[in-house]
Amino acid sequence: MLGEGILKGLAETAKNFAGSFVSKERMTTVEYPEERLPLPEASRNFPFLVYDGSDWQAGLRCVACQICEKECPPKCIYIEKSKDKKPDYVGKLQIYPTKFDIDISVCMSCQICVEVCPFEAIKMNNEFELATDNRFGGLLLDRKELAKSNEYYHQIHPTEAAEVDARLAAEKAKAEAKAKAAADAAAAKAAGAPATPTPVAKPSEGERKS
Amino acid sequence: MIDRLDQIFVLLKHWLVGYLPGEWQAAAGVVVSVVVIIGLYPALFALTTVLERKGVGRIQNRLGPNRVGPYGILQPMADGIKSLTKEDIVPRSADAVVHFLAPIVLVVTVFMGFAVLPMGRNMVLVDMDAGLLFYFAMGASTELSVFMAGWSSRNKYSLLGAMRAVAQMISYEVALLLSSVVVVMAAGSLSLVKIVEAQNHYTWGLPHWYIFTPWGLAGFLMYAIAATAETNRSPFDLPEGESELVAGYHTEYSGFKFALFFLGEYVAMFSISGLGSTLFLGGWSAPLAFLTWVPSWIWFFGKLLVSMCVFIWLRGTLPRLRQDQLMNFAWKFVLPMCLLNLFVVALWRFIGDGWLRWLVCSAILVLAYVGIGWEGMSRKRLGARSYRYAD
Repeated sequence: MLGEGILKGLAETAKNFAGSFVSKERMTTVEYPEERLPLPEASRNFPFLVYDGSDWQAGLRCVACQICEKECPPKCIYIEKSKDKKPDYVGKLQIYPTKFDIDISVCMSCQICVEVCPFEAIKMNNEFELATDNRFGGLLLDRKELAKSNEYYHQIHPTEAAEVDARLAAEKAKAEAKAKAAADAAAAKAAGAPATPTPVAKPSEGERKS
Repeated sequence: MIDRLDQIFVLLKHWLVGYLPGEWQAAAGVVVSVVVIIGLYPALFALTTVLERKGVGRIQNRLGPNRVGPYGILQPMADGIKSLTKEDIVPRSADAVVHFLAPIVLVVTVFMGFAVLPMGRNMVLVDMDAGLLFYFAMGASTELSVFMAGWSSRNKYSLLGAMRAVAQMISYEVALLLSSVVVVMAAGSLSLVKIVEAQNHYTWGLPHWYIFTPWGLAGFLMYAIAATAETNRSPFDLPEGESELVAGYHTEYSGFKFALFFLGEYVAMFSISGLGSTLFLGGWSAPLAFLTWVPSWIWFFGKLLVSMCVFIWLRGTLPRLRQDQLMNFAWKFVLPMCLLNLFVVALWRFIGDGWLRWLVCSAILVLAYVGIGWEGMSRKRLGARSYRYAD
């Protein structure tokens, strides 16, 4: 009969209206500034620089190789190299960036800088509340603002950070083993050279090392 | 004491006017009443907007506005300040004078309707003998303002919205009038005060409201449908269908002029619900005999708010009609039912008291409802779509 559907619909909306006061699971609203949903682990927004340890300047992994600067499609990264060197995580002396700026108003969150970085120094942040009242300076992040600790990285992307740490540890172990082997060889050479001179093979190995 | 409370607004007005010299009192009394009406209904409008947003939100399992004030009840204040401080844009090619006049005409004509509505015992601004006629004359002029707005904006969406509005409002104006005529036939008067008094009797504690008769119920349903269409409310909100026409006839309005349109629409809803409750729901009379001690104005405004809630409920439930469905419904269902209802109310009168008239009148109306509903509104089977050229 005419009007049946309307009555059914009215009953349905009345049920929803009353139900919204009774059952909490009906309400899908998350009242954003006060409460928020956890971000998915894969979420990303703009890049940041990872540092190890507690001092951001000493622990910065970036060696100012400028690969990311060159690869960045919208060219939002600006790097200035240092004149002096500081030891990196392996202990090798490296140059470091005296200036590392990312203009996040230009950045398109493509993650290419992260993919090309050989030093696991730049990663994607998931912070999205970046609104500022300063239109130009506010969105140009310098290296101090970009520097985030490795613990923070573990916090936002735990799986990825664990992988990165394992890789870095493996590399460090390899480098240490190599250094040890080199040291052993050098010691053996130093100890063995006066006793048994074998002139053919050893020098070439020594040359390769140096 | 109870009588004093019932007449509190009348007494207050007399007390206020009593400070003036005798020859000014009548005019001052009218001014006071008008000011109260003009202040009261926008306040109710503010309340209704927040009620509507919260209500529709709850229907959709949302919270609705809850940022301004406790539970968001101060939201209308924020909206009002926002619309007052917004830029008032008049399109360069618009007819500036008509563009300016349209919202004013709307609000003025809408408020004129309240002049004849009795809002409580002895609470009517003008007790006109032809009050209902005056009301409908004023209600019909809102169409003029809608078309003024659509035409003067010089925007195709505005004009389309206005054309739809005029087509819709004129179609349903007929149904609105015909569904009200039954009450005039039963009460024997066009005066709204007399119509309320005719319903203000009780038998076994139950009121003699016209909705409790077969023809009254049918008339009320037709009136409710026509009133929803008259005020451009969902599901009849085609004139401002935002998914098709941006905002219909008020597309080119911004700032306070837009707010006036919004106000006009809601005040028209109050006014038409007020008229509906006056005609069919006994106006300011109490729903049960033992409740007659409650002040009459509480009943009137209670009925008004209940009908606003029904409007909101309908809006939360029904999707928008299509233009042809709208017109078919008006001319093929509502109008025949209204015409039949005129016959039924005459029959009711001449059969006289007794159970026979209940039986005959109900039977005619139910059969007509089923018959016209089935015949006129059944879905036409159109078959698979065929194309003339593209095959």
